Amino acid sequence: MLKTMMRRAGKCAAVAAAALMMMSVQAAEPIKIGSFLSVTGPASFLGDPELKTLEMYIEKINEEGGVLGRQLELIHYDDVGNASSARNFASRLIRSDQVDIIVGGSTTGATMAAAPLIEQAQVPFISLAGAVVITTPVKKWVFKTPQSDRMAAERILSDMKDRGITKIGLISGTGGFGSSGRTQTLEVAGLLGIEVLADVTYSGSDTDMTAQLTNIRNTKGIEAVLNFGFGQGPAIVTRNYAQLGMGLPFYQSHGVASDSFLELAGSSAEGLRLPASPLLVPDSLPDSDPQKAVVQNYKSEYEARWGSKVSTFGAYAYDGLMLAVRAIETAGSTEPEAVREALENIKGYVGVTGEFNMSPNDHNGLSADSFRILEVQNGEWKLIN
Amino acid sequence: MLNGVMQSRLRGLIILALILMVLPVFFGNPFHYELATQVAIIAATVVGLNLLVGFAGQISLGHAGFFGLGAYFTGIATGTYGWSSVPALMAGAIAVGIVAWIVGRPILRLKGHYLSMATLAVGFIIAIILNNERAITGGPDGMSVPAFEIFGWELSSFGRYSLFGLDISGVQAWYMFASVVLLVAVWFALNLIESPIGRALRSVHGSEVAASVVGVNTAKYKSLVFVISAIYASVMGSLYAHFQGFITPAVASFEFSILFITMVVLGGMGSTFGVILGAVVLKLLPQVLADFQELETVMFGLILMLTMIFMPKGLLPTLTAVVYKRRRRKAGGTA
Amino acid sequence: MLSEFLQYLFTGITIGATYALIALGFTLIYNSSHVINFAQGEFLMIGGMATVSMAAMGVPMVLAIVLAIILAGVLGIALQRFAIAPAKQADVVTLIIITIGASIFIRGIAQLVWGKEYHVMPNFSTNEPIEVFGAVLNSQSLWVLGVGAVLVVALVLFFTKTLIGKAILATSMNKEAARLVGIRTQMVLMLAFMLSALLGSVAGIVVAPITFTSYDIGIILGLKGFVAAAIGGLGSGVGAVVGGLLLGIVEAMSAGYISSDYKDAVAFSMILLVLFFMPRGLFGAKIVERV
Repeated sequence: MLKTMMRRAGKCAAVAAAALMMMSVQAAEPIKIGSFLSVTGPASFLGDPELKTLEMYIEKINEEGGVLGRQLELIHYDDVGNASSARNFASRLIRSDQVDIIVGGSTTGATMAAAPLIEQAQVPFISLAGAVVITTPVKKWVFKTPQSDRMAAERILSDMKDRGITKIGLISGTGGFGSSGRTQTLEVAGLLGIEVLADVTYSGSDTDMTAQLTNIRNTKGIEAVLNFGFGQGPAIVTRNYAQLGMGLPFYQSHGVASDSFLELAGSSAEGLRLPASPLLVPDSLPDSDPQKAVVQNYKSEYEARWGSKVSTFGAYAYDGLMLAVRAIETAGSTEPEAVREALENIKGYVGVTGEFNMSPNDHNGLSADSFRILEVQNGEWKLIN
Repeated sequence: MLNGVMQSRLRGLIILALILMVLPVFFGNPFHYELATQVAIIAATVVGLNLLVGFAGQISLGHAGFFGLGAYFTGIATGTYGWSSVPALMAGAIAVGIVAWIVGRPILRLKGHYLSMATLAVGFIIAIILNNERAITGGPDGMSVPAFEIFGWELSSFGRYSLFGLDISGVQAWYMFASVVLLVAVWFALNLIESPIGRALRSVHGSEVAASVVGVNTAKYKSLVFVISAIYASVMGSLYAHFQGFITPAVASFEFSILFITMVVLGGMGSTFGVILGAVVLKLLPQVLADFQELETVMFGLILMLTMIFMPKGLLPTLTAVVYKRRRRKAGGTA
Repeated sequence: MLSEFLQYLFTGITIGATYALIALGFTLIYNSSHVINFAQGEFLMIGGMATVSMAAMGVPMVLAIVLAIILAGVLGIALQRFAIAPAKQADVVTLIIITIGASIFIRGIAQLVWGKEYHVMPNFSTNEPIEVFGAVLNSQSLWVLGVGAVLVVALVLFFTKTLIGKAILATSMNKEAARLVGIRTQMVLMLAFMLSALLGSVAGIVVAPITFTSYDIGIILGLKGFVAAAIGGLGSGVGAVVGGLLLGIVEAMSAGYISSDYKDAVAFSMILLVLFFMPRGLFGAKIVERV
């Protein structure tokens, strides 16, 4: 307890020191990086590590001399997971703070609410949210770093197919993430010839999902169960799943790919599989894997700085920031169109989430195999493929 | 007598109009126009809610439900079915009015907290439907809404317009539009309050039993004002949807309902101009507090609590009472 | 078939018992002061979070629980003393807004002190679920039900057998008369808030192993508690218990049998239905309105 408070005090001091340093280095106009994230509210487990990541790496880049000889300045607002405030803060970033680029939008709702405005204002925007609708169809100024939920569905369902599973039960959250994931799962299942025999949902504030799982358990013929959702909900689902002794192969989405999920779910998580970025298993990657070094660095730097475990979500912000920096460097200025074009043509950037190959038709740049399938074994993540 | 009432009504309205006209002097950038537009739309909603809460004494904890219904009706009618904005807005208002009338009849028989509970339930049910009917509403990720359009002329916050030869931006045009809407909303509310209906309503607030004894049909008036305040919310929801260009089920959420009622109480129940002040304060506070980052929630809660403890009648009534007292003291001193 | 039904019933009763405890807290405060305390859910959060964080610092579990309950009790007194009492002449709605402000404030502090993560609390006894006719029951559910039952009995005894309990009852019936017979009503009000906070925190602690706990868990559970209290009839202790259990069971049954998408809508429709036919809830007192 005391430790956290000390750490917080230390953080405040560090921020103050950084602020002082920034004031003294007022040589060139800083490059303004705007961000709106769900740092508090129901999606805080996304926004919190994202903000921490942005803060620490902007600090680090500034210590190393900034970008194009200019310092970076982070202007951040907390949208509390509310789409309307996300839109308002995006407007404030663009119109009041006049930022050069925006890296933010923890949830799909927040991203989609801000996107029309950002398109009109013509500011490059790198979203940190998952749904496939963000970049399909392509919006000129909108990019994103996480793999789409469609890729997750593809990865999970094909892993099931490899195990000979063709009939599944689906349980999903009614929030944006779960709901979009459900739609994608149903579509992909249709394409792969997998039957979804039960399809139930739970809301983010539910405290017990036994009833929904019982419904699945009593549906005849189900060979595996998939849960698409994020927050504490999936952890409760996992515990209820174990209590009910369902006994079928259990899959989760990338929405829970973090160590804190393992802490919450405890031994009930044993044996479940999910698609995730290699961040959770940096040491199991072969040395030949180009991502290994990037992933290991991010993990150790984040954990040393904040004293808490890394999560996949913070990595989205890491990749977003690095893509932004790379684009500004390539463009040689912060002129919006030039930065946008540079972003669109980034090839072979190896990030924590995967290898990005952007193109005018693909503003995400990741492929489905950037997801690795992990399994929980003895309370730890194990790389399956 | 009647003349005096007319005058005081007009005076308030003129002051509000003047404030709305002078305000842009302080706007530094388009974002400020945007905020002011939102405040005006929300304020007009709250003026409608105040008719129910402040004058009829009925507490609604589900008003965002009607706001959300209006917003989604407009979004779906104009976005999905290509309706024009005005017919969509009007059809939405009528539909919401009917819904309010149907649920209002049984609900309004309830007293005090049971009435709040029932309105809360109605609001929740609406929000749940908007969230779950993904095929129609886009589900929790929301849906986009086209720009406001009238006779082929579009009012978009990204457009450029010319007014009397002046070049004005889309947000400025929206601000003017929203200001006019707010003035009309206030004018209508003030007239209603001074009409026989308004007098009947206030008698309901005072004592329902007494009102019905002297022959006021309390049930009729209560459901009438319930419907009117729901229509206010629906129309403003429609405009809000057009202005924002994107809506999610959060517009119908319980949190939003609570925000509405808080605006009424904070500003001053029963004071039409007071609740506008309440809307201004509660809409701007998060923007001001945004710079405090982690302390934002704590400060918001503290400010809300302290204001209500020390100004239980609300901001405007308390402030005017202070001014009045001072003036009287001064007058007494010189005499 | 039976196992399915039993499963839904177990789920419903467990969560319903939690709602009932929260609803009892609402009832206590409502009876003594006619305030609907929207900060009720925060007591529940304080109970769970304080226990978890103290346990993490190495305080033995039982001591952590006791300290957490005391902390919540102190908070309840503070809420009455510093937020409700100063606003004596305020309208009922104004008082509601004050409690909403208080709940936002408490939540904000909790978030600063304890952070935003969800926390686990271990089951009080075995982790092994119990099997009954093919349905499984979490052992913690028994704790929730047992503790709930004990608290209800204790409350009944408190109000019927002790002097202080009777004083609270007297105050809730007629404040002026109570003052005339020498009851210090201010003390009684503080006591009611404290008791209500104790109930909330205990509920938060026993249910935490099932639901996890976090700084914002009080929002939704507090709201459900209010709903339960209204179904049962505000001010009625029996109503609070029945309303809570009923709400929990209806939620679980509709999630299982009707539609998990619309289970909350079913619960809210039930409220409307109850209120249409029984405008004062199931057990609400028929009070003659004073003109």
